Parts: sequence; structure tokens; C-alpha cells
Amino acid sequence: MAPTVTLVLPQILADVAGGRTEHSLAGVDSVRAALDSLAGPYPILARRIRDETGRLRRYVNVYVDGEDVRRRDGLETPVADGQEILVIQSVAGG
Amino acid sequence: MDTPAYLLAIGTKKGLWLAISHDRRTWELSEPHFLMQEIPAIGIDTRGGRNRLLVGVRSEHFGPTVMHSDDLGATWVEPDQAAIAFAEGDGAAVERIWQILPDVEGRPGVVWAGVQPISVWRSTDGGETFTLNRALWEHPDKDDWGAGFGGAAAHSIVPDPRDEQLVHVAMSTGGVYRTRDGGESWQRSSKGISAYFLPDPEPEVGQCVHKIAADSEGRLYAQNHRGVFRSDDQGERWVSISEGLPADFGFVMLTHPRRSGTAWVVPLVSDYERIAPQGHLAVHRTDDAGDTWHRFDDGLPARDYNVVLRDAACVDVGDPAGVYFGTRGGSVYASADEGESFVEVASRLPDVLCVRAAVLDGRAPEETAGS
Repeated sequence: MAPTVTLVLPQILADVAGGRTEHSLAGVDSVRAALDSLAGPYPILARRIRDETGRLRRYVNVYVDGEDVRRRDGLETPVADGQEILVIQSVAGG
Repeated sequence: MDTPAYLLAIGTKKGLWLAISHDRRTWELSEPHFLMQEIPAIGIDTRGGRNRLLVGVRSEHFGPTVMHSDDLGATWVEPDQAAIAFAEGDGAAVERIWQILPDVEGRPGVVWAGVQPISVWRSTDGGETFTLNRALWEHPDKDDWGAGFGGAAAHSIVPDPRDEQLVHVAMSTGGVYRTRDGGESWQRSSKGISAYFLPDPEPEVGQCVHKIAADSEGRLYAQNHRGVFRSDDQGERWVSISEGLPADFGFVMLTHPRRSGTAWVVPLVSDYERIAPQGHLAVHRTDDAGDTWHRFDDGLPARDYNVVLRDAACVDVGDPAGVYFGTRGGSVYASADEGESFVEVASRLPDVLCVRAAVLDGRAPEETAGS
């Protein structure tokens, strides 16, 4: 059975994600697949998180169960049933 | 007949403000739009009986986008499909929108955008979708273009009002390029513009042109990293018009909407001293295409150590023309008399990155001051 994961967004992105910060995603097995599954219904959200080359934006961090995916396999980081993907903006700006 | 309203849109490091006036002396300032997001580009499209505001918005975290409003900021629209985005195979991502320019009245729907990384885009649907100009994007000089301190961008786009095939663009660093075939090909057009920071002080490519503008007869003016220049032959050759100015460094280059030969600059001491001479802000105007310059500071502070960035200055199409500029210290000034005297529109805003002004015929400020 395909895993179901929860993707959690910062409140500031809720407006471009149907007004919600939590999205339950079925049938995804990687961070990339999770983000791709939201790109169809929420195209503006998709480009807030990744640029048009597909890279994560520099000051957007993604964690799987608390671990920064940049320290693992990036967007290919696998996700398992019940895990949480947390999208959060890093410290930047002045 | 209703009194015209003047709209001044102020893009800053941390948001957009809109100011409305009936006389260009007393201004009503809105609350901020897009608070905490950078607004490096604004276009006000008053063609076809519509007042469309287009803004380049950039979040430090979530990247750049283009939004528009047809109700003067009461509501904003961001298309599902990004208005400006590279294709998958281009291997590039938009970093910042530097310029949004509605074309002339006779080209309805045409809007230009200048972008970082260095690229020029054109819309035919009023700025909702743009197409990359591939000839410039794939130009053989591309490897010789670089980034100034602010980033590598096409920051000036000057479509000729009479000849739709003729367009000049300027980039930092790279210089001026010209197309005479509607963007199918682009030629270097920087001869005569100096680049003291390169081994060849007068190269064909690599200049750090800060801003270009054209007057009503098509003469071109350039504020360079060092030097103010004019071209009478569509960029074939540039000549210095710096004599008579207190300094030849600066970012601003404005031209009069109707009167040929009239242009404005805001000189800064030098690249090593980026403040107005003696820290006293002043606007300099020529009425003879740069042969002579006149200094104006009425209404401007005697001490201000903040620079005016390249797009933080503009003119309106009023008669007499209005002149506007903002500083990195967050002060914004307006002139109703072609730059001879100024009033303060706003102070202590975040760094002003761009200002654009428009005359909204017959609209009352109550109808327009959305926030």
C-alpha cells in the first residue's frame, strides 16, 4: 500500500495552498513526489518552494521527520508511511 | 471635468506604497502592500482606458513573481502560470524582475520586462504572460556579460515609439544592445561609453551602463558607471555630456515625455563615494541635450547621505512634467515643475528601489487610494 505522509507548510504559504498548512498526501514515496503532487492543484505554491529549474529555493528548507533533506538525498529523500515533511523558511533577510 | 489624479507608486525593499495627489504637492500615502517583500519593478499601464499596476515582487525566501492590479491596489492577481519563467531546458531561474515597461499607446497589450539573469521578455497580453527574447538570451557576447554589485540584469528597455522594430536595451554589466528587426538580432551599441575598470577603457562590450533613456526625437542618453553620454544615431556612437555636472557617477537617467533635449540626472560623487556632492541632494537638468546643466535643490534636504538608485526616479506625462525620486533612506520627493522644486511625499520608508508615476484622468483620490 502506498504510504501517506503529512506535508506541513509555514502559515505564510497557506494562501497559495488552499488556505491550509497541512496536506495529507497519499501515494508519494519521496520529497520530490510529495512536492510534485501539490504542484498541480497549487502551482503558485510550487514555485514558492522550487524555482523553474526544479531546485529548492535557497532559503527554503525541507525536513523529513526533523532532518534537513539537504543533508540526505535532497528531493530524492524517501518518505515512509506516517512521516512528516516540514517546509520552513530559513533565516534570511535584513 | 474631473480633476486629474496623479498616482505615484513606490517600490521598496520591504513593500509597495501608493501615493495619490490632485496637485502633485499634497500627497496621500497608502498603507503598505506586500509588506516585507521587495518591489524592484513597477509598471503603470494607462492604455486603453484601463489603469493596470504591474509589479515585480520578490521574497527573499520564496522567490520572484509578477502581480497585477486593475483596481489600483485594492486586489492583486498572480496568474497560476508564472508570468515570467524560463523553460525547463534553459537551465536558468528568474532571480529578480528589474523592469516592467508598458509600450506606447499604439501597441496595446505590449509590455516589456528586464530580468536578472540578463534577459529581456515581451508580453502581448498586458503583462500576464511574457516570452523570452531568445536572440538576446543566446547572444554570442553572453559570456562577456557580468554582474554589477546589484546583480546581472537587463535594467533598461527603450522601444522606439515610431519604429516598432527598433529597441535598445542596457545591462549591467554588458552595455547597450540594439535590435532593428524586432528582436531577431541584437548588435553592440556602446561605442564611446567608457569602462575605466577594464584593460581597454573603451571596449565594445562590458560597460557598466547604469541607465539609458530616449527623448521624444529618439536621442539616447546614458548614465554610466562613470560618465554621462548621449547618442544621436541610435547608439552607433556615444559622446560625453558630463561637462557642467559636478560629478559623472550616478544611477538615474530620465528624459522629458515630450520635449526633446530635456533630461535629468542625480549625480553622486564617485563609485568610491556614493553620495551626492557635499551630501546635498540635487537634481540636474539639461534642456539642450547635455550641452549645459542646471542644478536644482529647492525642497530637498541639505544633508542626505543616501543614494538614488537607477529605477528610483521617474517622470510623469503631466504638463509641466512631474519628476519623482526616492532614496535608499526611504525619502520620496515629487516635483510638479520639471524638477525645479520638490515636496516630500514620504519619509523613513524602507530603501526605495523604484518609483513610477501616472496621470489618472478624472479619477478622484477616494476611488484610487486602495491599501
